[in-house]
Amino acid sequence: MTHKLLVADDEPNIVISLEYLMKREGYEVLVATDGDQALETIQREQPALVLLDVMMPGKTGFEVCQAVRADPALAGVRILMLTAKGRDTDISKGLALGANAYMIKPFSTRELVQKVAEMLEGAA
Amino acid sequence: MSTALVLAVSLGYLALLFVIAYAGDRRAARGLSLISSPWTYALSLGVYCTAWTYFGSVGRAASGGLWFLPIYLGPTMAMVLGWLVLRKIVRIAKVQRITSIADFIASRYGKSRLLAVSVTLIAIVGVVPYIALQLKGVSAAYGLLTSPGVAESTTQVPWSRDGTFYLALVLAGFTMIFGARHLDTTERHEGMVAAIAFESLVKLVAFLAVGVFVTYGLYDGFTDIFARAQAQPELRALLRLEQGTAFAWPQWFTMTVLAMLAVVMLPRQFQIMVVENVHEDHLRRASWVFPAYLLAINIFVLPIALGGLLYFGGQATHPDNFVLSLPLAAGQQALALFVFVGGLSAATGMVIVESIAISIMVSNELVLPLLLRWRTALGDGLPDLTRILLNIRRITILLLLLLGYAYFHVASEAYALVSIGLISFAAVAQFAPAALIGMYWRAGTRLGALGGLMAGFGIWVYTLMLPSIAKSGWMGDAFVQEGPGGVAWLKPEALFGLTGLDALTHSLFWSLLLNVSVYVALSLAREPSARETSQALMFVNAGRVSGGTTPVFWRGEARVEDLRQLCVRFFGAERAQAMFDEYAARWGATAASVADARFVSFIETKLAGAVGGASARVLVSSVSKEESLTTEDVLSMLEEASQLRAYSRALEDKSRSLEEATARLREANEQLKGLDVLKDEFMSSVTHELRTPLTSIRALAEMMLDDPQMPPEQRQPFIAIVVAEAERLSRLVNQVLDLAKIEAGRAEWHDAPVDMRALVLQAVEVTRELLREHGCAIKLTLPAPDALPAPIVCADPDKLQQVMLNLLANAVKFVPPQAGRVQLVLQVGQDELTVSVTDNGPGVSDDDQRAAFDKFRQVGDPRERRQGTGLGLPISRQIVEHYGGRIGVRSRLGQGATFHFSLPLLAQQAGNGEPT
Repeated sequence: MTHKLLVADDEPNIVISLEYLMKREGYEVLVATDGDQALETIQREQPALVLLDVMMPGKTGFEVCQAVRADPALAGVRILMLTAKGRDTDISKGLALGANAYMIKPFSTRELVQKVAEMLEGAA
Repeated sequence: MSTALVLAVSLGYLALLFVIAYAGDRRAARGLSLISSPWTYALSLGVYCTAWTYFGSVGRAASGGLWFLPIYLGPTMAMVLGWLVLRKIVRIAKVQRITSIADFIASRYGKSRLLAVSVTLIAIVGVVPYIALQLKGVSAAYGLLTSPGVAESTTQVPWSRDGTFYLALVLAGFTMIFGARHLDTTERHEGMVAAIAFESLVKLVAFLAVGVFVTYGLYDGFTDIFARAQAQPELRALLRLEQGTAFAWPQWFTMTVLAMLAVVMLPRQFQIMVVENVHEDHLRRASWVFPAYLLAINIFVLPIALGGLLYFGGQATHPDNFVLSLPLAAGQQALALFVFVGGLSAATGMVIVESIAISIMVSNELVLPLLLRWRTALGDGLPDLTRILLNIRRITILLLLLLGYAYFHVASEAYALVSIGLISFAAVAQFAPAALIGMYWRAGTRLGALGGLMAGFGIWVYTLMLPSIAKSGWMGDAFVQEGPGGVAWLKPEALFGLTGLDALTHSLFWSLLLNVSVYVALSLAREPSARETSQALMFVNAGRVSGGTTPVFWRGEARVEDLRQLCVRFFGAERAQAMFDEYAARWGATAASVADARFVSFIETKLAGAVGGASARVLVSSVSKEESLTTEDVLSMLEEASQLRAYSRALEDKSRSLEEATARLREANEQLKGLDVLKDEFMSSVTHELRTPLTSIRALAEMMLDDPQMPPEQRQPFIAIVVAEAERLSRLVNQVLDLAKIEAGRAEWHDAPVDMRALVLQAVEVTRELLREHGCAIKLTLPAPDALPAPIVCADPDKLQQVMLNLLANAVKFVPPQAGRVQLVLQVGQDELTVSVTDNGPGVSDDDQRAAFDKFRQVGDPRERRQGTGLGLPISRQIVEHYGGRIGVRSRLGQGATFHFSLPLLAQQAGNGEPT
């Protein structure tokens, strides 16, 4: 079954990279370039997994994550936070807000693909 | 009016006063002092107004017009102008625990017993006539109320049938209950003060009532009375100060000064104003309330006098009694009774306080020292001294009132009330030089005070007392008319040929002159003793010496146990223990059996509060072995004390500067922590900015590596992105390094004279391609090539180029594509030049303007951001500010933005600049 994935990032080049990567792996890819757009898309499309950047205009990734987790209808949406902010405090904050996983940029494409597959295994 | 009614009302009023006093004492015992209000204190000063005010003032006004005023002007001026002096007296009295005017003067001059005794005796002599005056006033008023038709009897009623005698007894009994119930360490009589304040109110209200009645009831107001008085020639004179002859300035002045001195020196005034004062701040309120009270009580005096004279016309009637005779004649019985109560109140107030004050002086300064001398002669045979003291006081009060009655019986009808009062004033005025000068002149000695007092008193007796006795027929008056033994120069009322003054002024002039001269002369003639010096210091410096480091002028040995026995004997075991506890709480308990000087001084001060300074001195020296101090000892103790003070001040300063240093350190620490946080955030931002382009580079590169079969149309854009992001990355790294170096002060500045004009043109050239790409027009406004002053600055041309390029690139970034307009202006001013770059982009909001120069802040459309680093403006700012310039932005949203910077011109001779 093809999972729907949302890529949320304001850097166009990163969006291009992620979109290509995920499509290559056979997922359906949606794109959002700021926080408000991301939240709206999640609510509308209910993707299986979100690749969520933290530093975005509008709502930050943290705020989006919090909003999604507050919504019981979106309980099945997995969140993988992707960010260049790599301090311990940021990581724990993200996990505390309900992200399922957290990866630091720049990431290895292999590791990312593996992580996404792991997370989607549960949702068959 | 029936006697029974008058008596009943009078006794009722006295009972009311007593109840108030009792309640006041009870509340004080429970700690809720009624008299801790400044209003009570200020009102209680009204005890200055006695039956003299009620009856005598009107009488004086009827014969002398405005000449009743000086008696009230004096205290007004004393309170308003001299309240600082009064405050000093109060302060001294608190510290030294002064119990009376005699105690005050004696303490100043080394706690001299002789001086205390002299002052007490003079005070008694001065006060007896005054008390007689009160009795006379009340008895005349009583007579008028109960038997108005009866003319004043000229025959003497024997004392056993004289109502005034019983009045004196009743007052004595009343006063005894009021004031001689217990000994206090502070000699305060809270109940008495409360009652006195109340009676001040009563007499004011009663006097105002009769005043209003006369002015508005019998006549039609002030104007009416004065108009009618003007109409009658005899009365017209009363309205003018001159009274028909030239205005007697000396007399007016003398009476005013006399009253000024009396308001402090009279025993009752000193008691109320100084001894009973609770807090020196109350003086402030009193300094205007008391004059206001005096004004209020005097407003109607002249109208009543004039009204009475007009009303009774030619009938012989004592103007002294107008306040009663007018209401009675108009049928206002109730008002007359009320006024009588007011007059009774005035007289009672004076008698109570004056006799209590005198009794304190007598017991502490006269009797107790004698008793103590006998005790040492008899051994320790005398029991409870407190009881003895209280009984002495009670007996004194009784005796004083009897003396007053005797004077009244014998001598008073020959003289109008006012003259008696003034003679009294003149007697207590003799205290003034010793008391007042002594407060400010350290060299005043005991001998001088004694001499001055004796001299002044002697003159008073000779020039006022004797003539008054002679004029009332008890002595031959030949010596008054011709001088003693016919020597005209020594005529009591024209000493040394000084004529033209009335008796009072004359007497006051000579007595005070001699008093002061003898005082000064004797003080300068002999050195003061050590004890005098120390007391003088404490008096003169009162208020300036801080409590903690006051030197204690005492040297010797005393056992704590002996001192404790002394206290127990005077205050009882409980209060003695309380005193010891108080000392321990303040300065630490004395475990040793030998008392140190400070402890002895403490005990002596407490005792002084009960028995007066002189007696306390005697008591303490009787239980201790004292070493007599010489003047040098005293001076060296003083010096020690002042050194101590200087050290403690230095310590305070040091600890304060330590505190300041700590505060500053704490501030610096906070700042550093703040900077630390900033640095943390900067690092976080930088890493974020660096990692972002790296992410695309790595991801795309990996994906291309994974898929060798990737079609070129897919591969080409990817490679392009990798290259662009790599460029972006290296730009960012360079800028971060740049900024870091500038901020750390490690940048390399190659300064040289730079022609701004040329530099600007160069920058425009470099950006021309960029401008063309975006379809952006540029307009230059530059000064002419040889214009003066030349636009030369001293700076690193590369760095300045960086700034120019930054501003131009930013402008291009934000102008609308294909419709952009950029304006570049170079302006040369007096000392600086300004470059401004204006674009027609979307503008910058006020909030963003503030943040524009922050690191990694990129304002405006986020989608345009990626070409920038967010560090351009901060770097430009660092560069501009490094050269002492300013950089900023002016903008309104929707109306473009102008980024501008200024640099100081390089001052140089014309034509020397080498453009680079």
